[in-house]
Parts: sequence; C-alpha cells; structure tokens
Amino acid sequence: MSILVIAEHDNKTIANASLNAIGAAHKIHGDIHVLVAGSSCGQVADAAAKIAGVAKVLKADAPELGHGLAENLAPLIADLGKDYSHVLAPSSTFGKNVLPRAAALLDVQQISDISAVIDADTFERPVYAGNAIATVKSSDGIKLITVRGTNFDAVAAEGGSAEIEDISSKGDSGLSSFDKLDVVESDRPELTSANIVVSGGRGLGSKENFAIIEKLADKLGGAIGASRAAVDAGYVANDMQVGQTGKVVAPSLYIAVGISGAIQHLAGMKDSKVIVAINKDADAPIFEIADYGLVGDLFEIVPELTDKL
Amino acid sequence: MKILVPIKRVVDYNVKVRVKADQSGVELANVKMSVNPFDEIAVEEAVRLKEAGKASEIVVVTIGPEKAQEQIRTAMAIGADRGILVKTDAPIDLGGVEPLAVAKTLKALVEKEKPDLVIMGKQSIDDDSNQTGQMLSALLGWSQGTFASKVEIDGDAVKVTREVDGGLETLSLKAPAIITTDLRLNEPRFAKLPDIMKAKKKELEVVEPAALGVDYTPRLSIVKVVEPPKRVGGGKVSSVDELVDKLKNEAKVI
Ligand SMILES: Cc1cc2nc3c(=O)[nH]c(=O)nc-3n(C[C@H](O)[C@H](O)[C@H](O)COP(=O)(O)OP(=O)(O)OC[C@H]3O[C@@H](n4cnc5c(N)ncnc54)[C@H](O)[C@@H]3O)c2cc1C
Ligand SMILES: Nc1ncnc2c1ncn2[C@@H]1O[C@H](COP(=O)(O)O)[C@@H](O)[C@H]1O
Repeated sequence: MSILVIAEHDNKTIANASLNAIGAAHKIHGDIHVLVAGSSCGQVADAAAKIAGVAKVLKADAPELGHGLAENLAPLIADLGKDYSHVLAPSSTFGKNVLPRAAALLDVQQISDISAVIDADTFERPVYAGNAIATVKSSDGIKLITVRGTNFDAVAAEGGSAEIEDISSKGDSGLSSFDKLDVVESDRPELTSANIVVSGGRGLGSKENFAIIEKLADKLGGAIGASRAAVDAGYVANDMQVGQTGKVVAPSLYIAVGISGAIQHLAGMKDSKVIVAINKDADAPIFEIADYGLVGDLFEIVPELTDKL
Repeated sequence: MKILVPIKRVVDYNVKVRVKADQSGVELANVKMSVNPFDEIAVEEAVRLKEAGKASEIVVVTIGPEKAQEQIRTAMAIGADRGILVKTDAPIDLGGVEPLAVAKTLKALVEKEKPDLVIMGKQSIDDDSNQTGQMLSALLGWSQGTFASKVEIDGDAVKVTREVDGGLETLSLKAPAIITTDLRLNEPRFAKLPDIMKAKKKELEVVEPAALGVDYTPRLSIVKVVEPPKRVGGGKVSSVDELVDKLKNEAKVI
C-alpha cells in the first residue's frame, strides 16, 4: 500500500495541518509520499523531505499551482491518485475545496473529516455536528480522505531524508483565477494548533469590547476564537469562528467567554482538554460541558482574571 | 441567466439528535425537518440576483423522499420559480444517497435544464460532508467558488469572496460556475403568508432517479453509528481566585 498526502502550504512554509494528515497516514500503514504543488515552492518541498517517515516528495512547481486553485490542482491529484491506495488531505478550507473535486474525477466517494482509522478501509467520522460518530467502510479502490487534525498527532517535522521527484503540472484550466487574499495579521499562535484558546461570543457586545478577550489571550500566550454570533456581528474576522462549520480546535485550555454553548459551537471545541466557561446565565448550556464554570458579568471577571494570571 | 439551486431536507438545526439503539443511524421519526440552512442561503442569493435583474429563472431541486416537497415549497415561498423532486426512498443522511450520487444526479439535471449558475450549500448539517458542490463542478468541468461570503456577477465574469482559514480570498470565475454558500453570504428572509400561498401553485415536477440514469448504491457502508463519549462537566467555581488556583494546581494547564 502507498499513501499520498497532499501538503498544505503557502509556497514558503508547510502548514501544521499537513503534519497531522501524515500522522493519520501512519495509522493506515504504508509508504508515505507527499505532494507539494505550488509556485516557487522548492523551500516547501525541502521541508517536506525532512518530515519523519516520508518516503518520497513529489514536487509540482508551476505558476498556475501557486494559489491552490481546485480547477488546476484536482486533475493533478486525480492523475497521481491512480497509483495509490489512499490520498489524504487536511480537513481545512484548502483540503475541503480541492479533494472532493479530485474524488469526483476518480469516481470515488470521499470520506470527509475522519477522526480515527480503524483499518485501511474503515474510518470513524463525526456527523450531525458531532452528536453522532459514524464508522464507515469504503468499497472504493482508492480512498480519498480528509483528516480532522485535532484527532491525530502531528509527526515530527525533522528526522527524514526523502528523495524529491519533479513532476509536471496539468496546466492552467483557465476556469478561475486568484485575485487576492485579505489576511488579518497577528502574532498570536495559529488557532487550530494553539495550546490555549480564548473565545468570545455575542456577550461581548461590540468590536471594541472584544479587546478584553485579546488582553486575556495575550497574557496566556493563547489564540483567539469566536462564536458564529460574534463573527456575524463583525466583532472579529471570519477565520476565528469555532464550530461545526468553522474551525475545530482541541487545545489543553479553552476559555469560552459570553458564549451560550449551542451544539454548533460545541462541535468545534468539546474535545478540548480543559474547558472554562464565563457567562452571566447560570443555565447556559456551555456550563454542562465546562470543567470550571464561573457565573457572572464577563466585564468584571475577564479583566480581574487577566490581572491575576 | 438561469440559476439552479439544489436544496436538501435535513433535521432542523435546533433538534438535538439521538442515535438509534441498534446503532444503524440517527432517529428521524417524528423529528422536525427543514431546508438545510446553507441551502436556504443559496435560495435567498438566487432570489436577490433575480430581484436585481441579473437572473431570469430559479429552479430548485432536491433528491429525497416524497415529503421533501415541503422543502421545495419553502424555497418557492422565498422566491424560487419551479421545483424538481428526484424521488427516492433511500436514506439521504447516512448509508444511502451519497454526495457523489447527488452530484451525478445534479449533473444530469444541469444537462437538461442548462442553467448558467448553480448556487448550493457548502455543507449539509446532517452528513457534514462538504463535497457535493466541488464534485458537481468536477463532473461538469465548471469553475467553483466554494464557501462564498460575497458573489458579484458581471456578464459571464463571476467574482467570489471566499471564507478561508487564512481570511478572505477573492477569485474570478468564468461562468458557468458552481457557488457554494457560507453563513455570511446573506440572511434569508422570512416568507410572508401570501408568498406561501403563491408557492403552493408553482410547478413541481417529480422524477425517478432511473430516468436520469443514476445509481444510488452506496460506496460507504455504515458499520455503526454511536454517541460520542460523554463529557462530564458541570463543575462551578465561585471566584476568579478559585479559578486561577484550580487552573494552576488542579488542571495544571497554566
Ligand atoms: C448552519 C449553522 C451553522 C452554525 N455554525 C456555527 C459554528 O460553526 N460556530 C458557532 O459558534 N455557531 C454556529 N452556529 C450558530 C449557533 O447556533 C449559535 O447561534 C451561536 O453559536 C451563538 O453564539 P453565542 O453563544 O455567541 O451567542 P448567544 O447564544 O446569543 O449567547 C451569548 C451568551 O452571552 C452571555 N452574556 C451576555 N452578556 C454577558 C455578560 N455581560 N457577561 C457574561 N455573559 C454574558 C449570555 O448569557 C449568553 O449565554 C451555526 C448555526 C447554524 C444554523
Ligand atoms: N439530497 C440532496 N438533494 C439536493 N441537494 C443536495 C442533496 N444533498 C446535498 N445537496 C447539496 O449539496 C450541498 C452540500 O452537501 P454535502 O456535500 O452533503 O455536505 C448541500 O448544501 C445541498 O446544496
């Protein structure tokens, strides 16, 4: 068996989520190859070759692969995929966008967002916002899989010495083009791999008030998350949404401030090791899953907590 | 421009689902069913394009049981013109009609209806697959704009702002295109009573999957469906001092 893992990267560095996907590949057992498709992405291919347990890196370097456009990347993955038993990608917006397109080209029913590997054909995945866990067995000849990063340990970024093979792009489809990426720059840790996450909800009341969440997160060296309501109201950017349809996090400490605890939010954070909830409503559902609940006004509690840490 | 909007009948998002005792799936008897929330956003977007004079006709389609006509009527009350039900008794959440099969069905309908744009949800809230739109664009060889929070149409140029992990990405697509909706694309309207009445008279066609040449044999068999491990929480602390102490000395996370 051999397994192809699609690396996620920005042409400079390889994303952490790729290391978790390789971690899942280890559980399947087999030779692990990594595809680095990008533009001027030599640095990423070099880094991928050093990852522990990687046997080979396939490097496709072409301008039309520079932004991960699914129309250009999926035909390449589908073509390569024919030689593998499994093709894995992180369950990030990158993986979710491109892998189903490749799966359809291969006439394969993709298995989304796996949380465990049972055997080479059988996987667990959360459904219904994590309220049920389905074990599914695939009858497809090739398995295309996206991997929920929080459920698999990242492999070591160093320790390997794989060969790098240059492969060619399938060309520019001409169907789509990249215009721009608006990024909110931040020095804080990346949300999905952070050790501590402080999240704010509608209870914060305004964008200005959200600053108290930032102060607490900075004191703890943590990342910032948010509920959908906080994102919808414009307190923070969309990429901070935690939940069923946002990001999934599992830090060692998750602090939910002014968040009620809707199932869609819990779906994205209930695997955190320790959960703290701060809410003025003693009956808020978030308290049912919190290890430490503190009932009261967040505008008093959060500054006091920040001071005392 | 003609727009096709695929919608799915799913358990209402407010329902706390229960796993069946025989571990074969999730209990759906006597549970409130609705239009998948992302698909409601898709219908709303199509209706706004029509109101802005950019779209001429909106056709909604669903693959599901007889009762999925209810969801088609809901979409019609928001403003869709016509509906198609591809009727099947196979489960549509788990172990039945899968995203690849849905995409193949939609491909057959696109070839028949010839829309210029397909707007659909990014994800069904039952199977949480997030696949169908991407698969449909692959099968058609069309462009795809997934997880859209803004769509601008100018002739056959479609500009899509996408919610991605790193922020907001803008792509230019060549029509015909597939758009999948994210939560912040729009806020769907509440249908008013006269619109609900009008919807009852709109054309709704029922077709059999066989007539479209698609096969619903699943590729993924369901071994079992179980409840997730239960998290025991519920502990309360009475002050910030106690919280800091517990985090340091009991949980040892800071
Ligand atoms: C299809 C779909 C997908 C969704 N996906 C997601 C998702 O991915 N992530 C997500 O988070 N949600 C998601 N949602 C939305 C979800 O259902 C909830 O609406 C949302 O999580 C609520 O956010 P909230 O807890 O911030 O707001 P609310 O539910 O309004 O809660 C605010 C809380 O703040 C408390 N509060 C107010 N003032 C104070 C104060 N001064 N001090 C202390 N506490 C205070 C209140 O007691 C209340 O509990 C989704 C919904 C749908 C339909
Ligand atoms: N049975 C169905 N009938 C019509 N549309 C569907 C069906 N299943 C999925 N879709 C569409 O595909 C989108 C993504 O679904 P999924 O890939 O299952 O997460 C949904 O939001 C719908 O727009």
